[in-house]
Amino acid sequence: MSANQTDVLIVGAGPAGLSAAITLKRLGVKRVVVVDREDEAGGMPRLCHHTGFGLRDLRWAYTGPDYARHYARLAQSVGIELRTSTTVTGWQDESTVAITSPRGLGEIRAGAILLATGCRERPRAARLVPGRRPQGVFTTGSLQRFVYQHHLPVGKRAVIVGAELVSLSALMTLAHAGVSVVGMVTEHPNHQIAFPYRAAKWLYADLMARVPVLSGARVTGLMGSQRLTGVEITRTATLKQETLACDAVVFTGDWIPEHELARSSGVMLDAGTRGPQVGPGYHTSTRGVFAAGNLLRGAETADACALEGAQAARHIQAFLTGSPWPAQGVPLAVAPPIQWIYPNVINAAGASLGSSAFHFRVLTFCRDIRVTVAQNRKEVFTQSYRSLAPNDTVRLEGRWSSAIDPAGGAVRVGLESDR
Amino acid sequence: MDTVFDIAIIGAGVVGSAIARELSRYDVSCALVEAKADVGTGTSQANTAIWHTGYDAKPGSLEARLVRRSDALLRQYVPEAGVPFEMLGGLLVAWNDDQRKALPGLLERAHQNGDTDVSIVSAEEVYRREPHLAPGALGGLWVPGEAIFCPYTLSLALATQAVLNGTQLLLDHPIREIVSERDDTYTLRGPGGGVRCRTLINAAGLYSDEINRLLGHRDFTVTPRRGELIVFDKFARSLVNHILLPVPTAITKGVLISPTVYGNVMLGPTAEDLLDKTDTGTSASGLKALWEKGEAILPELMREEVTATYAGLRAATEHSDYQIHLYVDQRYVCVGGIRSTGVSGCLGIGEHVAELLQGAGVTLTAKGEFMPVRMPSIGEAGLRPYQSADLIAADPTYGQIVCHCERVSLGEIRDAARAVIPARTVDGLRRRTRALQGRCQGFNCHAALVAGLAAETKQTPERLLQLEADHVG
Repeated sequence: MSANQTDVLIVGAGPAGLSAAITLKRLGVKRVVVVDREDEAGGMPRLCHHTGFGLRDLRWAYTGPDYARHYARLAQSVGIELRTSTTVTGWQDESTVAITSPRGLGEIRAGAILLATGCRERPRAARLVPGRRPQGVFTTGSLQRFVYQHHLPVGKRAVIVGAELVSLSALMTLAHAGVSVVGMVTEHPNHQIAFPYRAAKWLYADLMARVPVLSGARVTGLMGSQRLTGVEITRTATLKQETLACDAVVFTGDWIPEHELARSSGVMLDAGTRGPQVGPGYHTSTRGVFAAGNLLRGAETADACALEGAQAARHIQAFLTGSPWPAQGVPLAVAPPIQWIYPNVINAAGASLGSSAFHFRVLTFCRDIRVTVAQNRKEVFTQSYRSLAPNDTVRLEGRWSSAIDPAGGAVRVGLESDR
Repeated sequence: MDTVFDIAIIGAGVVGSAIARELSRYDVSCALVEAKADVGTGTSQANTAIWHTGYDAKPGSLEARLVRRSDALLRQYVPEAGVPFEMLGGLLVAWNDDQRKALPGLLERAHQNGDTDVSIVSAEEVYRREPHLAPGALGGLWVPGEAIFCPYTLSLALATQAVLNGTQLLLDHPIREIVSERDDTYTLRGPGGGVRCRTLINAAGLYSDEINRLLGHRDFTVTPRRGELIVFDKFARSLVNHILLPVPTAITKGVLISPTVYGNVMLGPTAEDLLDKTDTGTSASGLKALWEKGEAILPELMREEVTATYAGLRAATEHSDYQIHLYVDQRYVCVGGIRSTGVSGCLGIGEHVAELLQGAGVTLTAKGEFMPVRMPSIGEAGLRPYQSADLIAADPTYGQIVCHCERVSLGEIRDAARAVIPARTVDGLRRRTRALQGRCQGFNCHAALVAGLAAETKQTPERLLQLEADHVG
């Protein structure tokens, strides 16, 4: 057992983890160790061969693999200790983790730990889609690894379940593999692909025009015993069923934060995001443990994660240099149709480094509404929106958080009609 | 086709494999003939993975006797062979007055079956043992001998040991026709090739009635009884301490909730008679029914993520007892109707079949040496390779994790591909290592496993995927 001491341990070498590590180095933190269970650093962008990565953090459009390489190289050049093929298997105490790698078992003890373990898509079984277990059933993640990483065949005719930004990623992967796409199935009345930048809308207009969006429908069964032969879809309004012939189906989105390590450490989770509860400074409920990136709420774009990682790094550095760990604070409770919000705890942290904005998602399309924030039923803030879509993260201004009493009563975030 | 085996066993499920292992102690040539690409792929793999003591079997029945005998044999074999198991004990929970009143009868039956450590416990004791249980339990029956185990490893251990001791395993050999030759031998024919033998044993599970008919017997019909199951995330494991059993009815042992040896929690099975012996699909109605049961028994379980759903078919017949018959003139033993206690009864059945053969004049002379078997450690209760400093120091591939959810290393994947009975498909790899069985269901590792196994077995991924499609479902 080789014990290892470091100033900061970061778990996950994706955009959030690497960007946090690089920022910590720039802020003068001496020893930063980043571990990743994959054999290569860079995280999920390595698997997304389309362009559009890095617009907000690097001010340039990279492909996913180029973007991942950029961060991995930068991390190495600033002297970060990067350990790939290294799995954190558990906690010895609040500041020490156990690891396994081809070099053996070990421990890493850190002054602060940042969890940046990312997220995964909810697979078919967890969506309780009945049927047998035929071949040809994917998530976007498994599909991208089949196509880009291992160059394996995936089928000829595919159905995409979901019609959000990641579904577009699945669509491009299928197009690259020469697979025709029957359609994108979404239970919502419309697709939810809100392009993060205008050029993307033009870039993908042609691709989108060729793929029908089957809205108001759910996939309710898989056909075929050995190879997938089709999916059964049910229209939510009429309960009418039909079969779409296909030999591949890709379940996209429906994110689950990879919270195994977070949860096993005992940090409190947020009921909405199912990621760790964090305050505006990315502090979890456990002293010395921070969380950032897609672990917080499922997938956002890589640049958003990288910016978050950099922001978290500033709070980590402050903590290492003596800033007190914030007291637990008051959690934010959301009411439907709001799905989740983060940060989801208001505590004393963050003020000195500038209060960040909040981000939230809704479960259904909404028009002309306003978000209200109330503590002890007293409204402290409201912001109006023309329209909101599900599976699309929206920014909520953060200046109201200073009006919240961290030791006070419950804070509720809800929606009201603005007409 | 030239070799004439002394004995051929049709069906390499847990029962056929146990018979083969038992016979491999003796100086007889034996073929284990399997229709599928791997051993233990039918009812033997898709069940509740519970090792029943047989406390509730009908006293005096063959099933009661063989499950009882098997229980004693398994207690030695399972740890010795490295089959993952945990002796958690079963807790039968009574939720209404009728069920509570049935408990003394079950206790008496357990005692009749020789299961004397079974006892009735109060509602208070039920909640002390299972604090997460829904309110309303009136009492329970505590069956300390009930255990969970790994059904994949058990079938593989038995078949591997049979092979190590000289049994010829013939996979991809479905049997469609049986010809009784003039020289008192049988020729078994099918698309995978023919097999010749002197004595025939039918352990074909769901298809045992069809094989039986090929030999002119119509004394039972197998009705596939589908059981659907839901497997929950490992985070649910702390919610359950024992195997939570319902009070059984005539048709089924009912829906139970149990930890698995992989650290998950399982809810099921349903019981639904079907016509199609290949319909191992889950259904919307079955999953919905399970969900409602789960909510009623252990509501917190339903807040956790689902990891997998699956369905298995039990080989139910019109008879309540096992259908094990020796036909001396035909040199044929039928081992059918092993409806739901196949894994619990397998070793007892193996021994019983050997006795029947000896009784019928087949000479069984013990060999000088009987090779033991030791299976890879894939249960949560044992030390996994990723946790072993010594193993990783000796071979770093045991520290190279490929399947992150289940923490399966590259070394274990290589071992499975090179095993005595090697993994030929990714599904075979899953049964031997747990890879692909975890919460992400292949989001991270599916493609790597396909590519890795193809390289290890020296075939193209396309060919591997084709083989996979030919054999799953």
